[in-house]
Amino acid sequence: MLRADGAGALVTAHKVGNQNLLAAACPRARALGLAVGMPLATARILVPGLDVRAADAEGDAAWLARLGLFAARRWTPRAAVSGPDGLWLDLTGTAHLFGGERAMGARILGFCRRLGFTARIAVAGTAGAAHALARFGGEPLILCPSGGEADAVAPLPLAALRLGEVASSAAHRLGLDRIGALLAMPRAPLQRRFGPELLTRLDQALGRAAEPFDPIVPEEPPSVLLRFMEPIAGAEAIEEAIAEAVRRLVPRLAAAGLGVRRLVLACQRVDNEEQHQYVNLARAVRDGDHLRRLLWATIATIEPGFGIERLRLTAARVEPLAPRPIDGALAGDGTAPDLALLVDRLAVRLGARRLYRLTARESDLPERSAARAGALEAAADWPRWPRPVHLLSPPEPVDQVMALLPDGAPLRFKWRGRAYRVAAADGPERVYGEWWRQAAEREAVRDYFQVEDETGARFWLYRKEDLSWHLHGVFA
Amino acid sequence: MHFAALPRDARLAALREEVRAIERSRFAAPAGAAPCLPFGIAEVDARLAGGGLAAGLHEAAPATPAANDEAAATLFLAALAARFAMARGEGGQVLWALSRRDLFAPGLAQAGLAPDRLIYAECRGDEEVLAVMEEGVRHGSLAAVVGEVGRAAMPALRRLQLAAEEGGTAALMLRRWKKANADPLGQPSAALTRWRLACAPSAPLPHDGIGRARWHVALARQRGGPPYEWLLEAPDAEARLALPARSGDRPDRAGGAQPVAVRPSVQAA
Repeated sequence: MLRADGAGALVTAHKVGNQNLLAAACPRARALGLAVGMPLATARILVPGLDVRAADAEGDAAWLARLGLFAARRWTPRAAVSGPDGLWLDLTGTAHLFGGERAMGARILGFCRRLGFTARIAVAGTAGAAHALARFGGEPLILCPSGGEADAVAPLPLAALRLGEVASSAAHRLGLDRIGALLAMPRAPLQRRFGPELLTRLDQALGRAAEPFDPIVPEEPPSVLLRFMEPIAGAEAIEEAIAEAVRRLVPRLAAAGLGVRRLVLACQRVDNEEQHQYVNLARAVRDGDHLRRLLWATIATIEPGFGIERLRLTAARVEPLAPRPIDGALAGDGTAPDLALLVDRLAVRLGARRLYRLTARESDLPERSAARAGALEAAADWPRWPRPVHLLSPPEPVDQVMALLPDGAPLRFKWRGRAYRVAAADGPERVYGEWWRQAAEREAVRDYFQVEDETGARFWLYRKEDLSWHLHGVFA
Repeated sequence: MHFAALPRDARLAALREEVRAIERSRFAAPAGAAPCLPFGIAEVDARLAGGGLAAGLHEAAPATPAANDEAAATLFLAALAARFAMARGEGGQVLWALSRRDLFAPGLAQAGLAPDRLIYAECRGDEEVLAVMEEGVRHGSLAAVVGEVGRAAMPALRRLQLAAEEGGTAALMLRRWKKANADPLGQPSAALTRWRLACAPSAPLPHDGIGRARWHVALARQRGGPPYEWLLEAPDAEARLALPARSGDRPDRAGGAQPVAVRPSVQAA
């Protein structure tokens, strides 16, 4: 028996019941005789060296949903996900915008190819026919002429009709393989023999029954657009405009139960240039006063030029925010103000990047042991080894070091032109280089000593593997 | 004014008396709802007007431009900030307005200032540090705000002190040496207390190693009280400073901790 060479053939497999079946196969694998639904064990015997990956149904669905959302934004207002492997686009009234159905189909195919997907498109008068032709038509782009659905689907297998397991296996037993064979039969016996499902699907494919679908509605971020009769340029006028925009935005957020995490203020100038100001918030907020104050703080960076014509305030990132009880005057006015509001204000003043916590990172090297985290995030503590208050970056070399033993603490050293005599010392604490980061650290070793001189000044010194000494930190 | 007719000396005396009365009333009942925060060391608290540190502006400076004294002043303020934060309970937060990048967070954590209580704000220059400190203390949501400042004008300090009292938040200011011969505490200030820190030799241990660090802590000036000076041990992981025990009568041997080297400061206020 001839055994094919499986190099380069890729399939995905998933578990159905207690069998591993192929979920998808690449063109090369199909050319070698593999088909979707075949047991994985059989496939492995037929094609040795087959590249098998686990099927990721959720990931596929997420990609499809993203593509559907993109289609709804870019190609047609009515798009929907169809099953695990398809999209429906309602081209009514939109195809001419892209130069006709053929040009639009070619464009969508090209877009998918650039994304790395192989797509097939069928355009037909009914959703059922398009569904069948796209999957069983055999060509990447099929345009079914208006009214020609019956002729187009006639040569296709029954599986193209989206039938359930029972109806399709019953039809198969009766030798009905093609849709055309069904079309030729009288309706009443079909109804009796296969139940209503088969006739419904057939009618949907031929346009005798309506088939509504539930389109994806892309979510637009809440935004407010202000147009001015006269261009505005003064700080007070912009202030007032921002206040008005916030006044209009907040009720919409409240109605939708949302709080803002990121605001974008777009000012369009008379010379058609658009300026953007961004405000990031530490926590979801829809407090008008707070938002207004943050936006006002950005006014200084707006360059109005000859004037601003339009101003758009967009809540670019929103999070659900439930209504909160007013903390009562009954409990006294002792409730502390919210720290998140202060963090927002400082972030606008300094830039969000310059406001942070430092949290422990798993590294023995002191200069790598702290990592930045968001200003309101949780932070982890460090292990309790002696650590200095100030860390020199980079460590400074010290000279004229004298030690009793080659691996002992120093007795005297000179740093920044001053000589120090060590009265007491603690150590060593050995720190190894992180060899997995770079080759140069493979041999690196540091022995840290905490030393105190006669006046009580404490330093953090280390000796490298080449016996050179450095001062890395200053203790209090 | 009713004393406009008095001679100049008498007028001055009357004004001085009035100012003293205002100050006395203030210290009899500390401003705002925030009570004074004691150090937890009887000998120190007894010398502080009000028995501790009130929410307001406090300054600390290294006694010399040496790197170690500066580290001591930094860690002293970190411990004070940690104590203010702990007094607020679980959620007490501290803002640290940085103007240099050499602060080492694990070192601060060892003085009791845990990383999830501390927010850093990187500032450019003294003006921005002062502005951030003022905004921080005025808001009232923080337990303390620490700022590193080289030079600050009196009006800015006075504003900061008022904002700190108003917000019930401690403003802790680290005054650094700008030049080798310019004492950062040489200029007048609106601060409630001004401290000067220097490292001192630690007690020798009976074995190898280094004992707990010690500092000369000088209260250079305080409102409503005289200056003073102590020898204290550096803060532990709970931000507690301590009086060193005399080697003859360590707490494990007899009696209890006895103060040593407690003497009135010769420093004029």
